Amino acid sequence: MNAPRRKERLVALIALATTLFTPPLLLIADRLEGGLPLYLFLAWGIVIAMMACLMEDRRGE
Amino acid sequence: MRDDVVVLAIAFGYLALLFVIAAWGDRRAEQGRSVIGSPTVYALSIAVYCTAWTFYGSVGRAAEAGPGFLLIYLGPTLAMFMGPLVIRKMVRIAATHRITSIADFISARYGKSTGLGALVALIALIGTTPYIALQLKAITLSHAMLVDYAPEGSMATAETSFWADRSFWVALVLAVFIILFGTRHLDASERHEGMVAAIAFESLVKLAAFLAVGIFTVFVLYQGPADLFRQVAATPALTEALSLSSVPGGALGWVGMLVLAFLAFLGLPRQFQVLVVENVDERHIQRAAWLFPLYLLVINLFVIPIAMAGLLGGAGEDPDSFVLTLPMAAGVDGLPVLVFIGGLSAATGMMIVETIALSTMVSNQLVMPLLLRSRRLHRSHSGSLANRVLGIRRIAILGILLLGYSYHALIGDAYSLVTIGLVSFAAVAQFTPALLIGLYWRGANRLGAGLGMSAGILVWAWTLLIPGFAQSGWLNADFLAQGPFGIAWLRPYALFGLEGWDIYTHSLLWSLLANIGLLVGVSLFSRASPLEQAQAALFTEALHPRLDQSSLWRGHTLRGELRALLDRYLGTTAAQRVFADHAPDDDDQSASTALVARAEQALAGALGNASARVLIDSVVRGEALDLDSILRILDTTSETLEMNRRLEQKSRELARIGQELREANARLRELDRLKDEFVAMVSHELRTPLTSIRAFAEILRDNHELPQQRREHFLDVVVRESQRLSRLIEEILDLARLESGRLPLEPQRLDLVTLTRQAMEAIHRPLEKRGIALTSCFEVDSAEVIGDPDRLEQVIINLIDNAGKFADPHAPRVSLHLAQHRQGFRLAVSDNGTGIDEAERERVFEKFHQLPHADTTRSRPRGSGLGLPISRGIVAHLGGRLWIEDASDLSGACLVMELPEAPHEVDDLSGSNADD
Repeated sequence: MNAPRRKERLVALIALATTLFTPPLLLIADRLEGGLPLYLFLAWGIVIAMMACLMEDRRGE
Repeated sequence: MRDDVVVLAIAFGYLALLFVIAAWGDRRAEQGRSVIGSPTVYALSIAVYCTAWTFYGSVGRAAEAGPGFLLIYLGPTLAMFMGPLVIRKMVRIAATHRITSIADFISARYGKSTGLGALVALIALIGTTPYIALQLKAITLSHAMLVDYAPEGSMATAETSFWADRSFWVALVLAVFIILFGTRHLDASERHEGMVAAIAFESLVKLAAFLAVGIFTVFVLYQGPADLFRQVAATPALTEALSLSSVPGGALGWVGMLVLAFLAFLGLPRQFQVLVVENVDERHIQRAAWLFPLYLLVINLFVIPIAMAGLLGGAGEDPDSFVLTLPMAAGVDGLPVLVFIGGLSAATGMMIVETIALSTMVSNQLVMPLLLRSRRLHRSHSGSLANRVLGIRRIAILGILLLGYSYHALIGDAYSLVTIGLVSFAAVAQFTPALLIGLYWRGANRLGAGLGMSAGILVWAWTLLIPGFAQSGWLNADFLAQGPFGIAWLRPYALFGLEGWDIYTHSLLWSLLANIGLLVGVSLFSRASPLEQAQAALFTEALHPRLDQSSLWRGHTLRGELRALLDRYLGTTAAQRVFADHAPDDDDQSASTALVARAEQALAGALGNASARVLIDSVVRGEALDLDSILRILDTTSETLEMNRRLEQKSRELARIGQELREANARLRELDRLKDEFVAMVSHELRTPLTSIRAFAEILRDNHELPQQRREHFLDVVVRESQRLSRLIEEILDLARLESGRLPLEPQRLDLVTLTRQAMEAIHRPLEKRGIALTSCFEVDSAEVIGDPDRLEQVIINLIDNAGKFADPHAPRVSLHLAQHRQGFRLAVSDNGTGIDEAERERVFEKFHQLPHADTTRSRPRGSGLGLPISRGIVAHLGGRLWIEDASDLSGACLVMELPEAPHEVDDLSGSNADD
């Protein structure tokens, strides 16, 4: 967390994850028949991957 | 179906393996080769979050509530994403303050409050015992199923006596395990390395077991996910189950559950234990921040397929046990046992960590404060209390597990797995506001936190716990529908008439509203004690690099007393560790504040912050808090602001100085230019008379036949020009002398009236020639001043001459006026010219300065530009002033010379004065 940009990116990522996991976007995914679980797992996987990139990037330290 | 003995052997064999792993972990730690010093082990230990509830209950919840089960894992995902910000801060604080549990954390944050710690411990005990019961229930159910499985048959767990109940024995074995590996050290803030190693191992086992069932279901029972979901699509009821409409409460219920899971993850005592207390390195949080969410994703990957497969038929009626019944219905051997072990590991992992966390809270926050009040305790001998505390903790472990078992045996059957879990979640979620707000808002105080938490838990009890009892048949359930005493707006599931919400979101809304509302509201309108303020500052500023952790206490005590205290409560070895850095000299010396702080930390690690404070207070005398230190801590942030302010001030000052320098530079340049001009002008002035002298001298040399009259005229010119030349040189010399302060003046008592008349006579002729009318007015008959008569006459002539120059060129008039003014005399010389601008007036007295000529056709300046500067210098030397103002009688400017009146003294002294 030394590089200031890293902290900002982390906050942005948290905001992104929250947005993806909550209703307005969720309702769109829900319109597809049985598509909600698929959407959730995809979104979940993507934010975890982004988090991994952010956390394991040692350049900023 | 299966041999009970084999199953039991496998189960207890697995528990034995845990003992081996934990013992190995502890031995490695003693050898200094820790096995838990890895971020991956840390992330796996956090996975203690996934209990039997996840293992069996997720499938059950997916079958009933569709994708809603994922919320229990999405909430923690968000919480872990915040880990590098929030959990890191908590870990930093826990390390500094030797925090032992979440109750200790909240108690320490709010002024090391004993009461608040006890409240948190009580809520945790009430809220999480059912959760332990749930684990036991899962073990009992799964074991019964494994042994007595009959397809399509209903599951009965009607064991009559507890000794026939396997889960009772499991609870006992776990109690032994936890006592062995959880209470090795008195210091609860130290890591339980063996235990963490065992927990990490259990996380791997349950993940492997669940993945095995998932892969078996999708790829053996069906031909891959495509096949499974084709069959699901053919059943509209199942497709419906996968959409948001099957989630209780719809979109609103979704958000409520997400918030609940987020808060509960941070508030669960066992999560606090593994996340904060057992953390060995802050940097591990970065790995865990993504690895733990990944673990959650993977363990949930097959939940929906298993639930769908179970619902498609052939695996019994109870969705909570699909994980076990699916492979059993298929008739495979081995896999159900693996599943059972997976469930067992999920359940035992949770019970181990939860029980350690709870027993620490019970001993440090509930029992210790009571013990410290008893007088008998203070007289006990060395080290006995250390053993007593460990004893309390061991009894607490046994008690908590038995309490869990009783709960399970008495009312466990009434609830489904999910219900118990969520009710528990809603209880511990009440800790999180005090925890998070206390971490970032310094103003939150003890009273607000205590009232908020109490109100929150009361609302929780009314809206979730008591209705739960009613539904299990313990109470008359009428009040659910009609409200207590027929008061409709108090109905537990529709408080204040809020209907149509799912019960968890409903309860969460009201309890959080009461909790946060009181926490913030009361904090805003009540005062915090100095200790509370200091602790608040230490917690909120924990990540501040300049935060000084030195002791806030300034009391006095003897080293001997401190040593005796530590001996009594922690034992001799621990006391020696604290005193290790200090020379073992006599105990009659007073202890340093650093030593007192170390002692308090050691006590806090064993007994909790609140009890440590009480004990230290019992031996430390003198005033309590060091107010300077508190103010320093409180000012860490305001200091930064102050620095900024000062920096701004400095930069403004610099800008101002820069501006001044620029102006000074401009003036220097102007002076330089004036000097250059003057030098050029002086050269010109000197050359003009020289040129004419030379020209006339050459005429006289070359023309011997010149008439006598013309010769005399030429010689006259030569003499006059020579005089002018020497006058000019004299002026330049005067100026140089004035500047260096070496102008020879011979001050003597003189009459300014006489002198002025003399000067007027001297200049009368030249003025007449220039057609200038000179009038004079003397208001006094005599004006005695001290001055050099020659120089003063020169000054007066100069003034009149200058006034003549400034006067109107067509009808020039100059008037002279001498009058007494206070303790001196003023000689004012006015002209009828155009006057001089205010801005120009001072510059007239600058050397080399020439006023712009009214008559522009004349290129030559009408003087050397030295007369007025020299005059001012002389007057100043004589103690007077010379300036310009508007003429009062004429239209132009007025040159005013003021000289002080000569002191009235005996006449014969005047002569000697003049000689000085």
